[in-house]
Amino acid sequence: MKLTFFHTDGLYLAVLAVSFVFVFVMFRQESLRRPLNKILSNTSAMVSLLVLLAFLMMSVLDSVRFYPSLSPSQQVETNYAGEPITILDFLLSGIKTRTEKTYSAPLTSFSYSREMIRFPDGQERWDYPRLKFGGANLSDPNNDRPQDIAKRIIKGIGIGFFVWIGLLVICFQVKKCITKRKRYVNGFCGGLDASRIPWRAMSYTLLVMTLILSVVSQLASEYHVLGTDKVGEDVLYQSLKSVRTGMVIGTLTTVATLPIAVALGIFSGYFRGWVDDLIQYAYTTLNSIPGVLLIAASMLVMQSYMSVHEQQFSSLSMRADFRLMALCLILGLTSWTGLCRLIRAETLKLRELEYVDAAKVLGTSPFMILLKHIVPNLFHIILISVALDFSSLVLAEAVLSYISIGVDPTTESWGNMINGARLELAREPVVWWSLLSAFLFMFVLVLSANLFSDALRDAFDPRKEG
Amino acid sequence: MMSYVFRRLLYALPLLLGINVLTFLLFFIVNTPDDMARMHLGQKHQTQEAISKWKNERGYAQPLFWNENAEGVGHLKNTIFYQKSLGLFVFQFGRSDDGRDIGSDISQRMWPSLAIALPSLIVGLSLDITLAMIIVFFRSSYLEVSGVAVAVALMSISTLFYIIGGQFVIGKLLQLAPISGYDSGVNSIRFLIMPIVIGSIAGVGSGIRWYRTLLLEEIERDYVRTARAKGISELHVLVTHVLKNAMIPILTGVVVLLPLLFTGSLITESFFAIPGLGSYTIDAINQQDFAIVRSMVFLGSMLYMLGLLMTDLSYLLVDPRVKLGSR
Repeated sequence: MKLTFFHTDGLYLAVLAVSFVFVFVMFRQESLRRPLNKILSNTSAMVSLLVLLAFLMMSVLDSVRFYPSLSPSQQVETNYAGEPITILDFLLSGIKTRTEKTYSAPLTSFSYSREMIRFPDGQERWDYPRLKFGGANLSDPNNDRPQDIAKRIIKGIGIGFFVWIGLLVICFQVKKCITKRKRYVNGFCGGLDASRIPWRAMSYTLLVMTLILSVVSQLASEYHVLGTDKVGEDVLYQSLKSVRTGMVIGTLTTVATLPIAVALGIFSGYFRGWVDDLIQYAYTTLNSIPGVLLIAASMLVMQSYMSVHEQQFSSLSMRADFRLMALCLILGLTSWTGLCRLIRAETLKLRELEYVDAAKVLGTSPFMILLKHIVPNLFHIILISVALDFSSLVLAEAVLSYISIGVDPTTESWGNMINGARLELAREPVVWWSLLSAFLFMFVLVLSANLFSDALRDAFDPRKEG
Repeated sequence: MMSYVFRRLLYALPLLLGINVLTFLLFFIVNTPDDMARMHLGQKHQTQEAISKWKNERGYAQPLFWNENAEGVGHLKNTIFYQKSLGLFVFQFGRSDDGRDIGSDISQRMWPSLAIALPSLIVGLSLDITLAMIIVFFRSSYLEVSGVAVAVALMSISTLFYIIGGQFVIGKLLQLAPISGYDSGVNSIRFLIMPIVIGSIAGVGSGIRWYRTLLLEEIERDYVRTARAKGISELHVLVTHVLKNAMIPILTGVVVLLPLLFTGSLITESFFAIPGLGSYTIDAINQQDFAIVRSMVFLGSMLYMLGLLMTDLSYLLVDPRVKLGSR
């Protein structure tokens, strides 16, 4: 085993680490007690936070990459296989490797299309062949399959229930531990009101999640739970892999947006004069170009850069990764104008306040004034805007992939899944499962992001006070 | 008012020049004509002659800003910047990379685009506002709570699913309208129904939420309380007082929609195979035709600025307090 990090892996994990530190610092701030308490007591926000955390965990597992060690027979030339895999790949290696010939509906054991089958007695007939893996454990799938599936579902429910109870017990113990050491805990999150957290709703959400997970894993060991796609790849595997693509686009884009938007917005609002004119000119210009067109133009330029510098990318997955990062950067560079305008307006207001005047009179340098007196007061705007942008970025990815200016066609993403399955709706019987699974995953992620960012906005927006 | 319009148009000039320079930078400096030629020729025939031939045929063989070999005005005139970029100001779009005249393509394709975008905007807007008014009318009841919840759920669905699902249900299962295609003249209405319906439904989620906030902001005002105190019915207050006063923010919100209209139609048009500007742009992106994309970026920005100006002028219609031109 040898760990390796692609560009997006490193950046993504770094962003997550920074944001966790940030959340930690937030919890210690006296001034943020009220909004944080408001979020903690909001049921829909906490439930969607739990769902978001599940997605986050999936994407983190999918961002730690290593070269798998090969079996001794393969170890002639090199020690490591060509393409690195992630922890998620490793965990899902069962369903990743079980590929069929072509489409197959969810939970079936027969192929989607007919072919000539040779029977043991020498006859040949035009019929639906058995799948290589889906329901391969059954001797007579037509009769046994519903029973087998029902058995697995019941078993999954049972296991899920036990896991849930186990998790609850662990949570309870942790909570007991914390209440015992109240003195230390009060140090960083003293003013937070744990009794108002909707524990019940959250534990039910946890139950639903563990049940889904265990039922699906029970079924997935023998079936293709969400069917297979055109080349026989498992759709469940694709959907799970796409989680990372969506999350990476949603978070890394802010890395490109924030520094530009915040720096330019503050400078333009604080220094005024020609700096303001110049920056305003820059963002008005950028803003007048319709977003998709600007992104399309930049992606075209990037594609031609990649085709000219082909030799820089040693493997397909590195190439796809570079394209993902470029997409995030381009999305960020084309979308900073909105936040920049908000920050400029707020800075214009803040610079006229008395405490800024006081700091000036005391001889504080402009840089320190910006850092100590302006930036902390812009914090809520930045937080709200980042949260609100996240879901629209996840949605944008699908649209961009459809116009072929999104992620690389080899990257698993919901956009690519939709794109591949879109034309198959005309077939008879309809191939609906790829679309449905992309829809479900996207819907759950975007909905919970929307709910959470709504709660965040309600809590941090000073206009909504009282 | 004319002087105001004139001044606004003058303001637009430096912005358009900025856009022009920006696209020029993107397409000719970051990515040189040589790179373009290489990409179009593919890996196999990358000889220097082939590249210069490709560039010569499309007029990319000149220097970028300053031509040493020319005389007089030619120094500036015989350059890529003058011929390929500045021409956009007077709608000289030139030829696409495979030799078609972009200007005539655009003038042909703008009508189908308009035929979709305008009705979609009007239908969508009236649908959104009506639903938002209903929700505001029944505020602080279960209807409001569930209405807002549905709106959040609706806006969490990707546009692609609205289009695919709509095509499947309306076009294939119910067979109410043709799935895709376009026809000239009156016959085109048949093909326009579905894109317009789906386009309006796709925007309903975010629309309801947006207009609801705008209406709720107005409904707290004193004049509304006065109107109620006079005994005017709630419905009457909502329609004649609140809606009228919310018109300014609503119109400002439409500006936000205008560029989205252009980009939204990008996807709609290609899904429904409508020969408009959106599908033109998508085809150009897929064929990596830089000349067309460049023209469309410029045209799109121009339309956007025109939209901004029109919005400002529309304030005059809805609010007598607004006086343009006096600063």
